[in-house]
Amino acid sequence: MNIYVILKRTFDTEEKISVSNNKISEDSAEFIINPYDEYAIEEAITLKDAHGGTVTVVTVGDEDSEKELRTALAMGADQAVLISNEDLDSQDQFTTSSVLAAYFKDKEYDIILGGNVAIDNGTGQVGPRLAELLDIPHVTTITKIEVNGTTVNIERDVEGDLEKIETSLPLLVTAQQGLNEPRYPSLPGIMKAKKKPLETLELDDLDIDEDDVEAKTKTVEVYLPPKKEAGKILSGETPDQVKELVSLLRNEAKVI
Amino acid sequence: MAKKVLVLAESRDGALRNVSFEAIAAAKEISGGGEVFAVLCGDSVQSLAAELIHYGADRVLTAEHEKLANYTPDGYFQTLKQIIDDESPEAIVFGHTSLGKDLSPRLAARLESGLISDVTGLEQAGENTVFTRPVYSGKAFEKKLISDGLVFVTIRPNNIAPLEKDESRSGDVTSVSVDIKDLRTIVKEVVRKASTGVDLAEAKIIVAGGRGVKSEDGFKPLQELADVLGAAVGASRGACDADYCDYSLQIGQTGKVVTPDLYIACGISGAIQHLAGMSNSKVIVAINKDPEASIFSVADYGIVGDLFEVVPLLTEEFKKVLV
Ligand SMILES: Cc1cc2nc3c(=O)[nH]c(=O)nc-3n(C[C@H](O)[C@H](O)[C@H](O)COP(=O)(O)OP(=O)(O)OC[C@H]3O[C@@H](n4cnc5c(N)ncnc54)[C@H](O)[C@@H]3O)c2cc1C
Ligand SMILES: Cc1cc2nc3c(=O)[nH]c(=O)nc-3n(C[C@H](O)[C@H](O)[C@H](O)COP(=O)(O)OP(=O)(O)OC[C@H]3O[C@@H](n4cnc5c(N)ncnc54)[C@H](O)[C@@H]3O)c2cc1C
Repeated sequence: MNIYVILKRTFDTEEKISVSNNKISEDSAEFIINPYDEYAIEEAITLKDAHGGTVTVVTVGDEDSEKELRTALAMGADQAVLISNEDLDSQDQFTTSSVLAAYFKDKEYDIILGGNVAIDNGTGQVGPRLAELLDIPHVTTITKIEVNGTTVNIERDVEGDLEKIETSLPLLVTAQQGLNEPRYPSLPGIMKAKKKPLETLELDDLDIDEDDVEAKTKTVEVYLPPKKEAGKILSGETPDQVKELVSLLRNEAKVI
Repeated sequence: MAKKVLVLAESRDGALRNVSFEAIAAAKEISGGGEVFAVLCGDSVQSLAAELIHYGADRVLTAEHEKLANYTPDGYFQTLKQIIDDESPEAIVFGHTSLGKDLSPRLAARLESGLISDVTGLEQAGENTVFTRPVYSGKAFEKKLISDGLVFVTIRPNNIAPLEKDESRSGDVTSVSVDIKDLRTIVKEVVRKASTGVDLAEAKIIVAGGRGVKSEDGFKPLQELADVLGAAVGASRGACDADYCDYSLQIGQTGKVVTPDLYIACGISGAIQHLAGMSNSKVIVAINKDPEASIFSVADYGIVGDLFEVVPLLTEEFKKVLV
């Protein structure tokens, strides 16, 4: 099987966030593999173990993304591709999916796995957009997948309900939490990863004209929410706290 | 400039979802006095159309087809694409629901358009509508616009107020016949887990429990409080993973994103992935025995204490004042 994972390097949102120049400041920020993409990598490796083939991890990003690609290789992916976005002035989900589609145009793929949503920008657009550009079916927020020949049986999470889907390869799926438990890279895995192939492509290599993939949306402002006043931690005997809370909710917050 | 705006309405269990009414209100504002029409898909949806007009749609198109009984990307895509080709809307509004999230990017790709997802507010700025959306797990916000071409957005449930319902409003309801070709994904079965009753995403009050609830039985006092308040019960991942409740109750980045008027978090530590799903709630109450728990950093009111003592007292107190 030709198995591909589309991976995004994201800002770790557990970290403190600050804004400067109308942008989220990246100084001293921690970057990680988008957590939902880790599920995608794990599933890709599981599929390879069951059906054979190769796992290729692809990202559109800057040169620093090599770190996340190496981590994916250390987990067990076979090869990685870094498509440099450094020539792009603007980039939104239209841009990213168009660049990925140009990459996949002349590739043979059975399945492409991605994350259900990136935790920083959080739109969940890139997967389904790419599937449409490649004219293949997609299934989002999957929690289970079984491939038998070209038939694929999937379970997906739909706002808490479970949907059982039958479809076929080639296919794009996006991973929901619950799909698996991603492995940690092992020490030998990390050593091996250093020697695994990592190809870097420029937009020119994909015959992409920057103007054709220019962002369709414009960000006019990025800001932090007004600092919330410190909440009121009640004190006193528990029954009195409870009485006070009920009264605050009715008379001050007026929500009940 | 007046715009023609398409709204995709959604139903669940034979009733329209509130987010569809909110989408109509958003569409009205985007339209700047233009026309707002709603599209309703399913195997039998005709009877729901009038309510969309009562909430402000100028007219409704219904697409009924056996292949639209369950949502599939292909069935809905083909239907919407046909309607968009016929009607040429200048803006499109979907709910940021499971369906909206799944379908909108695919349509936007085909229409070669931008798409602003998970919008929580909008305002006019000259010719453009500027949309607000949370980013970085709700720690920051951005304002975005699409100045050229189709304006396509999905709106987060429970953030944009619907228009007042007016049963005297009238408008055309037209049934369109759609040609649906092969479906490449087939829904074999839907296992319903979400309880019927209040939809978490649309609930005004939520009582949520975390790992601190300690067992399935531990949810009982929370349910009793919820019953008194007419609230829905939700949960953290911790509680779901520990099997105290079903995953359909999960709130957060992986689960449901909620914005109730009142969120009461009981025995939830406040991990960022949980906060991403509830920190925009209007008023947050935290009940936790650990004064250092991060949930207190987003809470408006906090009680440091044992939830098994506090929650039943709260239920009693509300019973007294709410009679
Ligand atoms: C220089 C620069 C400028 C930018 N300017 C803008 C801007 O003006 N407006 C704007 O909206 N965004 C901008 N971005 C952000 C970036 O374009 C988006 O984050 C990106 O398009 C992915 O969208 P998303 O975060 O919504 O991912 P989602 O659609 O939520 O991601 C879902 C899944 O798609 C896959 N995926 C996502 N991104 C990538 C990727 N890059 N490579 C491979 N797979 C991926 C992953 O599997 C991921 O889990 C900019 C980024 C850079 C580096
Ligand atoms: C990719 C990813 C996605 C995730 N998505 C989500 C998501 O959507 N939603 C989500 O919730 N989590 C999500 N998580 C998990 C998240 O990181 C936390 O692990 C989870 O939220 C913890 O649940 P909890 O607060 O119930 O449990 P804990 O962190 O164990 O907290 C339990 C709390 O209960 C308190 N407590 C204990 N006993 C009592 C008592 N008797 N009275 C009062 N308080 C008591 C404790 O002081 C503690 O603060 C995700 C994680 C990852 C990696």
